[in-house]
Amino acid sequence: MRAENVSPRSRFHDAPPEEREFTTVSGELVKQTYTPDDLRRVGFEYERELADPGDFPFTRGIHSTHYRGKLWTVRMFAGFGSAEETNQRFHYLLEHGESGLSIAFDLPTLYGRDADDPLSHGEFGKCGVAISSLADMEILLDEIPLEAVTTSMTINGPAAAIWAMYIAAAEKRGTPRAELRGTLQNDILKEFTAQNEYIFPPEPSMKLVVDTIEFSTHYMPLWNSISVSGYHIREAGATATEELAFTLADGIAYVQAAIERGLDVDSFAPRLSFFFNCHNDFFEEIAKFRAARRIWAREMRDRFGARNERSLWMRFHAQTAGCSLTAQEPENNVIRTTIQALAAVLGGTQSLHTNSLDEAIALPSEWAARIALRTQQIIAHESGVANSVDPLGGSYMVETMTSEMEQRVMTILAEVDDLGGVVPAIERGYFQRRIADSSYAYEQALAEQRKIVVGVNAHRSDEEPTIPILQMDPKGEGRHLARLARVRLERDPVRWRESLEGLERAARSGINVMPALIDAANAYATVGEITNCLRVVYGEHRQLLVV
Amino acid sequence: MLDVETRTTPIRVLIAKPGLDGHDRGAKVMARALRDAGMEVIYTGLFQTPEMIARAAIDEDVDVIGLSILSGAHLALFPKIFAQLRAAGLDDVLVVAGGTIPSEDVDPLKALGVAAVFGPGTPMETAVRFIREHAPLRGGE
Repeated sequence: MRAENVSPRSRFHDAPPEEREFTTVSGELVKQTYTPDDLRRVGFEYERELADPGDFPFTRGIHSTHYRGKLWTVRMFAGFGSAEETNQRFHYLLEHGESGLSIAFDLPTLYGRDADDPLSHGEFGKCGVAISSLADMEILLDEIPLEAVTTSMTINGPAAAIWAMYIAAAEKRGTPRAELRGTLQNDILKEFTAQNEYIFPPEPSMKLVVDTIEFSTHYMPLWNSISVSGYHIREAGATATEELAFTLADGIAYVQAAIERGLDVDSFAPRLSFFFNCHNDFFEEIAKFRAARRIWAREMRDRFGARNERSLWMRFHAQTAGCSLTAQEPENNVIRTTIQALAAVLGGTQSLHTNSLDEAIALPSEWAARIALRTQQIIAHESGVANSVDPLGGSYMVETMTSEMEQRVMTILAEVDDLGGVVPAIERGYFQRRIADSSYAYEQALAEQRKIVVGVNAHRSDEEPTIPILQMDPKGEGRHLARLARVRLERDPVRWRESLEGLERAARSGINVMPALIDAANAYATVGEITNCLRVVYGEHRQLLVV
Repeated sequence: MLDVETRTTPIRVLIAKPGLDGHDRGAKVMARALRDAGMEVIYTGLFQTPEMIARAAIDEDVDVIGLSILSGAHLALFPKIFAQLRAAGLDDVLVVAGGTIPSEDVDPLKALGVAAVFGPGTPMETAVRFIREHAPLRGGE
């Protein structure tokens, strides 16, 4: 690679301002100055488009007091290696002021495979913690006060099975399921469009999601059954508009499916939550979050007739953009993450993960994770931005961008409706093609220096990074595999077999599989055994190749 | 290094995703960039075992294999992939890799036979140029 110090000198940056195009990171045009004329152009009217925080359509926030009433939850996504190592990291983060847990699972677990499956070779603990059975889950949660902290679990394909293990582990310790608080990501639709961590085909996958919504509605009223996620859509290369539109389309599809199951919209909608990316373009991201609340409130009221105010609330978690981080001069990632986190806070997020500076290279070291945690604490306690609700409300620029974001999103939602909804659109490659086009357009913009990434395509230095890299315990995998072998040897074989037979019967009959999954978890059936049992009934998804 | 002008047929490239890693943004972007540069590109899709990658390389008669991996499993998977390629007699195929591969892992991968490792932030053109200059010539060219 050439390593000369390239400055962004090209026709895009040296031309006089009137000949240059100023665009957001997503490629949307930005004006030189925004004025009241722009507000008139987009049809801005305070009571209708904004209203006070806590009032419909909640553009300014779902609560009138917002961060004065409750600061956002500092929730750091963490997990690597064995259950023992990740349990230690959880305690470290909680001791340093984290307020909620967020579990990252490794790839075998995310695909519903045991650590000793041949396809798991080389992947153990690399992208998160390995959980093969209830025995691992019990160690992962050891001494974590489950009645006091909320737990978010980033799991999708085998979400119902892993959730069953969490419930089983908590109940064995004496915390009843009705008291558990947390969030299951459980958003399978974006796996088909963006992240590719699917197992079963779309239809049975949706059936499993609705089972979890139904189960939590009846038995776990404090649990968020889904975190409808745009994060991964954005990471796969979508624009801000596409991220929001595709996420809302997925949310609409889940609501529709749950209503078709016979659930009353107001019984489950208050427990749907969202998860967005927060990329570099400061005002575009703030506009995205504000538009998100407004559109969701209107869709829930007008499309689904929701009456409970909580059903109209878009509550969301935000994570700074992993794809914006650079392996070159990784210290600069602290600054990127700070800007992104500030946008998420000004956009009114309910909880936040800040990426660590080393994440373009490896999983976060403890040192890097602490800086990321401190970034949030400095924004919260030193910057003063949390004192007032929606401080950018009324800005000519932010209001115009919010309304324009909403208009573009509504156009995409109409296209998805025309295609027959999200699942038919996935089967035709609609989302996949748009994401591939946008990510390629962005790479071309980088190649032509229309977009600048400092240290990558401009202002480069030759220095090799000198930051510490997380070293995993080399004994972790052996310890995990030994435990898995012991579980298979020591569990009650009759109970184990009966639980899996019961699960297969439940899956074939079409009833809600959650009780059977909890039974299988308690019988120490492994995630691989449970997934294989369901695979027999549901089949396996094959990806439509869209390049 | 080869003279680009001596080629009479397009370079054929297999872009493969080994392991359980679903991050395909880089693989897809590179597939397009190589195609736009005039090469013939075959993309395997996800979850390819070493056997599947070698099979596809033979079936598609490729000159180049690009392995895209972001899970961190490269040191475990690449030796198996090279064992399969050698067993299949694919000794002259150019193998390059891209993804989140720490710099200390580059030398072990090169010792295996990976000709170049393109880490995060590599310009598309860098990888395209490397492949154009290093892809083996076909018999008769």
